[in-house]
Amino acid sequence: MNETPKPIAGTASYLDDRLGAGSFLKRNLRKVFPDHWSFLLGEIALYSFIILLLTGTFLTFWFKPSMQHVIYAGSYQPLVGVGMSEAYASTLHISFEVRGGLLIRQMHHWAALLFVAGMTVHMLRVFFTGAYRKPRELNWIIGVLLLTLALAEGLTGYSLPDDLLSGAGLRITEGVAISIPVVGTYVTFFLFGGEYPGEDVISRFYSLHILLIPGILLALISAHMVLMWVQKHTQMPGPGRTEHNVVGAPFYPAFMAKAGAYFLFTFACIAGLGTFAQINPIWLFGPYTPADISAGSQPDWYMGFLEGALRLMPAWEINFLGHTVPLSVLIPALVPMGIIMTGLAVYPFAEQWITGDRREHHLADRPRNAPVRTAIGMSGVAFYGILWLMGANDWISAFFHIGLYETTIIGRFAIFIGPAIAYWVTYRICLGLQRRDQDILSHGVESGVIKRLPHGEYIEVHVPPAEDIAEHMRGKKEIPIVPGDEDKDGIPPKGVRGPIGKLRAKASKFYGTDHVPLDGDGHGHGHDDEHAAVGAGDKPRELH
Amino acid sequence: MTDNELPGPDDEARVPRRVIGTPAQGTAVLGTRPATAEVETPGVTLPDPADARRAERTVTLLFFIAFLAGIAFIASYVIFQVGDIDSTGVSNAALGGSLTVALLALSAGVVVWVRRIMPKYNIVQERHEMRSDGDTRDYVGKTFVAGANESGFVKHKMMRRTLLLAAAPLGLAPLVLLKDLGPLPGTSLRHTVWKKGMKLVVEGTGQPILASDFDSPGGILSVVPEGYEHDLNALAKATLILIKFRPEDLKSGTIKNWTYDGIVAYSKICTHVGCPAALYEQTTHHILCPCHQSTFDATDGAKVIFGPAARPLPQLPIGVDGQGYLIAQADFDVPVGPSFWERGDAEADAREARGNQS
Repeated sequence: MNETPKPIAGTASYLDDRLGAGSFLKRNLRKVFPDHWSFLLGEIALYSFIILLLTGTFLTFWFKPSMQHVIYAGSYQPLVGVGMSEAYASTLHISFEVRGGLLIRQMHHWAALLFVAGMTVHMLRVFFTGAYRKPRELNWIIGVLLLTLALAEGLTGYSLPDDLLSGAGLRITEGVAISIPVVGTYVTFFLFGGEYPGEDVISRFYSLHILLIPGILLALISAHMVLMWVQKHTQMPGPGRTEHNVVGAPFYPAFMAKAGAYFLFTFACIAGLGTFAQINPIWLFGPYTPADISAGSQPDWYMGFLEGALRLMPAWEINFLGHTVPLSVLIPALVPMGIIMTGLAVYPFAEQWITGDRREHHLADRPRNAPVRTAIGMSGVAFYGILWLMGANDWISAFFHIGLYETTIIGRFAIFIGPAIAYWVTYRICLGLQRRDQDILSHGVESGVIKRLPHGEYIEVHVPPAEDIAEHMRGKKEIPIVPGDEDKDGIPPKGVRGPIGKLRAKASKFYGTDHVPLDGDGHGHGHDDEHAAVGAGDKPRELH
Repeated sequence: MTDNELPGPDDEARVPRRVIGTPAQGTAVLGTRPATAEVETPGVTLPDPADARRAERTVTLLFFIAFLAGIAFIASYVIFQVGDIDSTGVSNAALGGSLTVALLALSAGVVVWVRRIMPKYNIVQERHEMRSDGDTRDYVGKTFVAGANESGFVKHKMMRRTLLLAAAPLGLAPLVLLKDLGPLPGTSLRHTVWKKGMKLVVEGTGQPILASDFDSPGGILSVVPEGYEHDLNALAKATLILIKFRPEDLKSGTIKNWTYDGIVAYSKICTHVGCPAALYEQTTHHILCPCHQSTFDATDGAKVIFGPAARPLPQLPIGVDGQGYLIAQADFDVPVGPSFWERGDAEADAREARGNQS
């Protein structure tokens, strides 16, 4: 093809005459996107969101968000004649009497699980590579908001079918809301239109679930994408990659086609899960009644950490002057969520304050090269992970034959000890990996060739590492440290005076000190002996 | 925006080292000048033509599979009807299976297309600092001040203050409008529908309970108030568990006057966050809430022995009517269910009240 086909050229000219789209396309058709497998994690969330919008719209065509009491007369025999809410009856209708209804319902549920999972792993990638640093702090904050909203969207969504399982989730939501000091009872009465469960909550959650929250999600996701587009993607260190360029494939056609294929692949996975992996078989649970519950009830995975926190908490409650503060509900409901979300939101700014680093960063860090950050991140992961596991402690207890109360008691200790161990282990692993990088750069890689020297010594020949891998390793950046040394009059520099300033200087030194500088021959344990060289280590090696 | 790496006509100094795809100057958008696709560009590896031809066959096959699976999807919709659990299962498998295959084949085809037919890229574009240059910032700053002065917002104090004054009540209006979302709690959380003489009936069947029939120690029933079997609001507070003990098993925590012949009624609504405490272990007399594993000792006033619940399950005073059916003697004397701010130490107040009566 040598020229643009007439219909496309015509349409393009028409649009350009009216929108001036040409100059935008000129700048952006060949926009470069750096390649790395971990850059695709956020796309899972994006595509899941699109699938959620499509499948969700389909479900609204039949779902009736009403708590009106009806007697079931549909085609699912075991429940015929049973009283239930219209919401539950219409969910049964979608499942059994609408062709493809069950498929779309299951795909919607799976897509929701994948949406939050995609966001979570994407967030971890951004955190561990330091991709939230200037100029991307605002996009990071948008991401934290998205994650929080996604939890609310999930909660309002799985409450809608009004089956016994979703009702249990709703009951716990009510128990948590009513525990809030001063305003708790009012909040619940306003949310439920009176006493629990009332007749309003499903229709109210429905408006939140299909209009308000997805509207905000859509707006924030768009902003997230626009900012990513404008600021350009970060890239991993490697040959030819600097803080001032982007290396990769152009948007049109390669990246566009790849993204399209990835969307189709995500869609296919969700369709496959919706087909072959049954999820939320609401017809087995029966209609909701506050008088019953099934043992082993579990929330969707992303609520597991809150559930675990509720299970771990000892029975603390304060009564004073005729008032009650149920700490055994308040602390687990608010503190872990607060620690995680607030911690995520302030991290970029805290790191900037500690390092004094106000530069732009476009080259991603390898996690090992920022050991304190990586260790903090992993202790956060451990904190979340332990709470999450504890959300299924009854299953753990049944499966591993550990006493139920023992799992709880172990969890109460693990929640404090686990993150500390995770911190220490991660930190040591990071330094170990840095030493290995340093070793490879200074001594090369083992070639597997053993050579006998004229005087009888055996050595293993080392060869230089592949250039792109070596460049990747050399991409390690120094973490700045706020100067904290006192001058000759004993006055510390500006910014680190006073108790908070001193703390900052200490934190900065701790955060930024490079224990394994690449250029230094820093590791003090006779490295020559590590290799397969037999005999004296002071002979010149094959490398360099 | 600063993401313009491509050189403008008078921008020679900023021409990046290598950029492909820059339209030649003077062409229209998607213009009619011949594209120069075959020119070698640094950083771009063109595919081997023979391999590309082989790849095309693979892609074609995959796209054709997607086409067939798409047809199968539509056919499944027409052929497989739904209505009962088995036919729904078949329809689900057919629709979902064909959709999955179609999407998978399509995405695989595109991947092969990108990887083996499109050239491989490694091209470089420049980045620029996000911040605008100093001149732009100056200009914006000056214009802002000039505009603010023109508006007179700073100079005319009364106007500014009354504008803020006007905004305050209007800002509150949406919150005020939400007031009718629900009634105020009042004392409703302190009461349930139980009252003196109301029959206890079995949940599900609605049968009243003859005390003499409920006589095997260790037996347990889930019980609701007669007349409220389907009132979820009532059930959310009034549901009971009824347990039969040998009288000597009962300890001091249980109020003996409120039992009948070793039969004790506790609120089934967990005092933690309100799940039904539905599990009962006969040998240990433990009531367990399956949600968060609060455990209560049924022989001892349902006091908490493990888990996050802070208070015992409230006990309901029961007795029998003339025909021997179990009835309530009164409402609970403490609020049931999860704790809330206005609750206070209702147990202490209730103990005091009971002490005064006796």
